[in-house]
Amino acid sequence: MHDNWLWLIPGLPLLGSLLCAVMYAVTLRQRKDSPGTEGLGPVAGWTAVAMMAFAFVLGLKGFFGLRVEGVTELSSAAWDWIHVSDSLNVDVAMVLDRLSGAMTLVVTGVGLLIHIYAVGYMKGDPGFAKFFAYLNLFVAMMLVLILSSSIVGTFVGWEGVGLCSYLLIGFWYRKGWPAEAAQKAFVVNRIGDAAFLLGMFLLVQLVGSFDYAQINSDIALQNFDASKAWQLGLAALLLFGGACGKSAQIPLFVWLPDAMAGPTPVSALIHAATMVTSGIYLVIRLNPLYASAPAVMMTIAIVGALTAFVAGSSALRQRDLKGVLAYSTVSQLGYMFLALGVGAWSTALFHVITHAFFKALLFLAAGSVIHGMHDEKDMHKMGGLRKHMPKTFLAFTAGAAALSGLPLLSGFFSKDEILAMTFQHGGVYLLLWGIGIATAAMTAYYSWRMVALTFFGEERFDAAHVHPHESPRLMTMPLYALAVLAIGAGVLNLPPVLPADGYLTHWLEPVTREGTRILGGAHHMSHTTEWLLLGLGSVIALAGAHFGFHHHKRGIGADQAFEAKRPQLAAALGDAWGIDRTYKLWIVGPIMLGARMIAVVIDQVIIDGAVNGLGRLAQSTGHRVRKTADGSLSTYGLWMGGAACTLVVLWMWMGN
Amino acid sequence: MLLSLLIFIPLLGALGLLVLPSDRHDLMRGYTLAVTLIVAVLGAMLWFQFDASIATQQLTENRHWFLIPYHDAPGFVEVRYALGVDGISILLVALTAFLMPLVVLSTPGHVKHRVKEFLVWLLVMQTGMMGVFLAMDLVLFYTFWEVSLVPLYFMLGIWGGERRLYATVKFFLYTVAGSLVMLIAAVWMYLHFHTTSIPELTELAAASSLEVQGWLFAAFALAFAIKVPVIPFHTWLADAHTEAPTSGSVILAGVLLKMGTYGLLRFGIGMFPQAAVASSTAFMILGAVGIVYGAFLAMAQTDVKRLVACSSVSHLGYVVLGMFALTQSGLRGSLLQMVNHGLSTGLLFLLIGMIYERRHTRELKDYGGVAAVMPVFAFFFVFAVLSSVGLPGLNGFIGEWMILLGSFQANPWIAGIAVTGVIFGAVYLLRATRLMLFGEVTNEANQKLQDLNLREVGLMVPIAVLCVWIGVAPNMFLDRTTASLDLLAERVEAAQTTLELSAAEASTEVPR
Repeated sequence: MHDNWLWLIPGLPLLGSLLCAVMYAVTLRQRKDSPGTEGLGPVAGWTAVAMMAFAFVLGLKGFFGLRVEGVTELSSAAWDWIHVSDSLNVDVAMVLDRLSGAMTLVVTGVGLLIHIYAVGYMKGDPGFAKFFAYLNLFVAMMLVLILSSSIVGTFVGWEGVGLCSYLLIGFWYRKGWPAEAAQKAFVVNRIGDAAFLLGMFLLVQLVGSFDYAQINSDIALQNFDASKAWQLGLAALLLFGGACGKSAQIPLFVWLPDAMAGPTPVSALIHAATMVTSGIYLVIRLNPLYASAPAVMMTIAIVGALTAFVAGSSALRQRDLKGVLAYSTVSQLGYMFLALGVGAWSTALFHVITHAFFKALLFLAAGSVIHGMHDEKDMHKMGGLRKHMPKTFLAFTAGAAALSGLPLLSGFFSKDEILAMTFQHGGVYLLLWGIGIATAAMTAYYSWRMVALTFFGEERFDAAHVHPHESPRLMTMPLYALAVLAIGAGVLNLPPVLPADGYLTHWLEPVTREGTRILGGAHHMSHTTEWLLLGLGSVIALAGAHFGFHHHKRGIGADQAFEAKRPQLAAALGDAWGIDRTYKLWIVGPIMLGARMIAVVIDQVIIDGAVNGLGRLAQSTGHRVRKTADGSLSTYGLWMGGAACTLVVLWMWMGN
Repeated sequence: MLLSLLIFIPLLGALGLLVLPSDRHDLMRGYTLAVTLIVAVLGAMLWFQFDASIATQQLTENRHWFLIPYHDAPGFVEVRYALGVDGISILLVALTAFLMPLVVLSTPGHVKHRVKEFLVWLLVMQTGMMGVFLAMDLVLFYTFWEVSLVPLYFMLGIWGGERRLYATVKFFLYTVAGSLVMLIAAVWMYLHFHTTSIPELTELAAASSLEVQGWLFAAFALAFAIKVPVIPFHTWLADAHTEAPTSGSVILAGVLLKMGTYGLLRFGIGMFPQAAVASSTAFMILGAVGIVYGAFLAMAQTDVKRLVACSSVSHLGYVVLGMFALTQSGLRGSLLQMVNHGLSTGLLFLLIGMIYERRHTRELKDYGGVAAVMPVFAFFFVFAVLSSVGLPGLNGFIGEWMILLGSFQANPWIAGIAVTGVIFGAVYLLRATRLMLFGEVTNEANQKLQDLNLREVGLMVPIAVLCVWIGVAPNMFLDRTTASLDLLAERVEAAQTTLELSAAEASTEVPR
């Protein structure tokens, strides 16, 4: 039996997007008569919120549907999309299983809160309705990505969220740099997408189907001769390349820090909580494929750990509040890939969920600060804000505590689980574990540096011009909701040493079963080791938080001292180890130069030179050719007639 | 009868136009629009009458035309007025019928002098294009082929931009060179096979040796490759597109170039399958290199119209690549991509024409911030760009994706080169979008730009709707081509077997 209502989950936000677009068009028309009118803006905003609420309710309906005994997935009728060839069809159905069900709740739930917040945040923006059209379209595409039964359907969502990201980063396009950041995001994502396409083609070549169910069961049953193993591995690697683009991993993470040019709710929804986790979703979805490619798994773990470290260390030296959060996001995504690389599928999802809560919270709270500070983002020009915006302060602190992994908060459990899983692999993974621990210390440090610089110390802003104020309730209520989630979400997957442990792991078991089996089953650590690791995690987090806070609570002195003492290191960390600059110098530059070379040297000089040479030859011999284009019809007629005669003569000559 | 009407109503319409008073521009435009709308309705009728399950020609017309004497024997070869439509031509015929009224609607913006002449040429051109796609006799085909060239020649020369003379001469020399080579091959075929019927020639030529096929294929493929254009024969296109008036560019991108890809498919692969198989890798490489080369060209342009012209080289690279992959997916995608390119590039040329009429510049640096002044224009521009870069949900994706998949099945390495077009396509189109639409309005002249009017929006909406339609429900278009393309694929497979057999024979003979 088909559950066709599943189509409504992405369908409603899509409808909302269209409605908002129409309302924006109407508003534009109204502005011709009365410039500056809000028009249908507010209606559009609440329409979008309502659509999100409906989608969330449907997500809950699906969740309860899945809790019924014996039900592992709900699926809709398939959309018969592309007739590729006799043996290959693209059919896309909406499938809600344990994985997509959990993701749907996060996307629609966090999305709903962010939508409500955005109604307050974007108030008065001339593009209000347009903003919500994009935002709803984004959610629709994200849901298509998650719910599709087919990898092609996922690719539709994949590119769709990329488009929305492009549109929203460049939302304030009148300033030049958001437009540039948007273009960069799209192009870098496209690099990943090209790899995704090749991976998809290779996979389909091997399996003969686009359906996840078919792909996963074929691989699980090992329907391949050994000679094809490397091809499976290559497919896995190429698809991981796609994931690197969307989920901002080395070497493709450079777009995400720039993406902060978009409005803050966008940063929270797209560039922290949802879209950037789609790479993790893809790997979990294809866990049997990855489990049968150990070398790729190791690559993923290494890339993840390195990304976590590089981005985490860069976050230490950002002055832009959103910049810290951006690098922090990249770093946390690195953790998730580290988890995937060691086969801890459910742990990765656990961190996706907790991160969605606390990072969305941090971004929204940061947005509230920026809002209250009249678009000031530089932490060096803040300070002492806790008196001016107490609610925001409270929420932000909760988020920072969760991010830094203070004991018993959500980030503590999910991060420690990742580190524990890495640790028990032993061998080289111990090195990755060490990197992870170091990153955890840095995470705690930069989290509390943020809190200290923003909310404590003397007020460094120009009090004559900036009057910090608390944000309206519409913006603070979602903060509270997220704060509760950020603090408490750890209960979703408690470690084995505590009661009621591993709920999420059990929940996800039907999805990850094959991948875990191929890897040789789940390992369990002794409780002693587990306790030791939890203890170590607590100490690291508390120490990092302590130093981060106390170094910066008195102002920017510590930052300046560091810059004075280690100017080179400070600069390197400040711009993410210069990776972006290296790309510009060694990749973007040569390509643009190559384009100019091709256009001028090859095209104009060589090819056109030859063509023009031939043309001149014809002119000098015929001499009348030049007159052909004098615009008089009789000349043309003569020419055509002459040509026709020549053809006839030629024809007869050939004929005899 | 339907096919003849599709071809000759525009020509009759052109004759009728001649007697209308030359100073009544609106009357003439309305009249021409009516003629093209009638053709569009007929095209719709054809679309619904077409039976997708038939692989061979249907709705055929076959009449005696004239006789040519044999050179070496008594008797005559009969040239017949033979028309037919199949899965290879149906999409292109429909596209031609669909685009022409919109092109006529676009003329008030850019054709202000010698209006009557222009409209006459437009209608003559439609006759030529319809004829090319529907002719089932080689002589008839060649006639229409030449007829379709003449109007563009005049459009370029009379209504073109500043460098129109250069562009016109270049266009003329290129195409005449191609046509001559094709003519020689056609004459040879008539002498050799004693028939000019395309279906008969298809059988006879496909049965001949690889050597014969190879030479004929080379001649036909050269003519069509110039027309497409396949690199390195592409330099006429950038100049022709840049200098042509908007409607000329739209027809050129929308339909005329497709005569080349259509010819490659119908003649190159259909008539000479062994030669096509033997040269498929070479053409796939040409296609893939064309994708990247065209993209690099486009990246370096400062003139937005020239940029889109270069992007055509890139997009047609996909069509060639998919076609010569010779897989089902590649062939279907390639045929659909011909339509897609016509729609999305047509849309881009229309938009560039509209803003050119307002600002009289095509230089990217003269724009910037246009989105704030012309939101409706910006919407359509971004839409066209997204369709062009192959965003899923719009038409471009279906074609590109099927082509890449099909060519991956044939040769993963070449597909690996081609897939970078996905990246570079985004680079040059988004760069153009950013430079035109985004940022501050730096140029005073852009401050007072008028947004699109109702006519301009109205003529683009049908194209945009079709873009979404193909993107969401492509099967209704793909399925019409399936039977004919499968027949083609079978012939290719048979040719491949023959080639392999003869290769095996040759290798067993060597030891003796």
